[in-house]
Amino acid sequence: MTKLMQWLFVLALLGTAWATLALGPLGHHLPLPCQQVLHPFPAYLLVAAGCYSLATVGYRLATFNDCEAAAQELQEQIKEARMDLWRRGLKF
Amino acid sequence: MAAGRARGEKYSVLLPTYNERENLPLIVWLLVRSFRESGSHFEIIIIDDGSPDGTQEVAEQLEKIYGSDKILLRPRAKKLGLGTAYIHGMQHATGNFIIIMDADLSHHPKFIPEFIRKQKEGNFDIVSGTRYKGNGGVYGWDLKRKIISRGANFITQVLLRPGASDLTGSFRLYRKEVLQKLMEKCVSKGYVFQMEMIVRARQLGYTIGEVPISFVDRVYGESKLGGNEIVSFLKGLLTLFATT
Repeated sequence: MTKLMQWLFVLALLGTAWATLALGPLGHHLPLPCQQVLHPFPAYLLVAAGCYSLATVGYRLATFNDCEAAAQELQEQIKEARMDLWRRGLKF
Repeated sequence: MAAGRARGEKYSVLLPTYNERENLPLIVWLLVRSFRESGSHFEIIIIDDGSPDGTQEVAEQLEKIYGSDKILLRPRAKKLGLGTAYIHGMQHATGNFIIIMDADLSHHPKFIPEFIRKQKEGNFDIVSGTRYKGNGGVYGWDLKRKIISRGANFITQVLLRPGASDLTGSFRLYRKEVLQKLMEKCVSKGYVFQMEMIVRARQLGYTIGEVPISFVDRVYGESKLGGNEIVSFLKGLLTLFATT
């Protein structure tokens, strides 16, 4: 099963469950507060997913390491390498 | 690592180059030092795609300095792309492990001993460098580039659940036969190619270890990330999403 199929499968499952409960005859037996929560549930889910995505990307962005030390070390090593290669007769 | 020698392990580094006259001697020097310090058997295979800047000529000088058993020149007449460069280089590789990396100094050879250690530790088929975990990171990226990178990585993780944190990176160690197998399966180009390698590897049941790396964006020369690349990345991502 491709990843696309997996997504469609899960979405279809959730969608059917929601539709049966919120729109179908089964839902009328539920207490009113439940019905009220159930109706906008897909919208809640979408907003929650969006928030989670933004928060995750934001957090990872903020904690993305800046490798200053690595860049500096590389510059030193480049000098060292140039000197050594020059001594070994490399013409740049 | 005397044990590596005893078991006859050998590491072939594939360096595809195009106009890397400035960087090639430096990366080779760093590679040689890193391997000598860790005591591993190695060879460096330089695949130059007919660079007009004289990369080939510098490579010949390096071959003289370090010996033709350590530096192997396997040039091609013109620019033919990364995927075929790996296939071409692999045909000449005598090691049982292949290391692929960029020749522009953004990947530092000091991480290779860590890759080797990691591989032994978990007997992994692939060890992938990651910018997104632990002490990994980048240097020389502005905020826009970081946002794109993090965003793209997040979307990829959600859609493909690949079980590796850095899919577009190209600093990796492969068992030779694993890389051979993957090269037969992978058809994409550019960033997507690296991504497909990991996704296919998972499909085939290969194990992947990860080592945090610092990515220092090209010291000499231009680094690019244009709109075109973003579009082709998204296309490739969706293709993998729908087909794997």
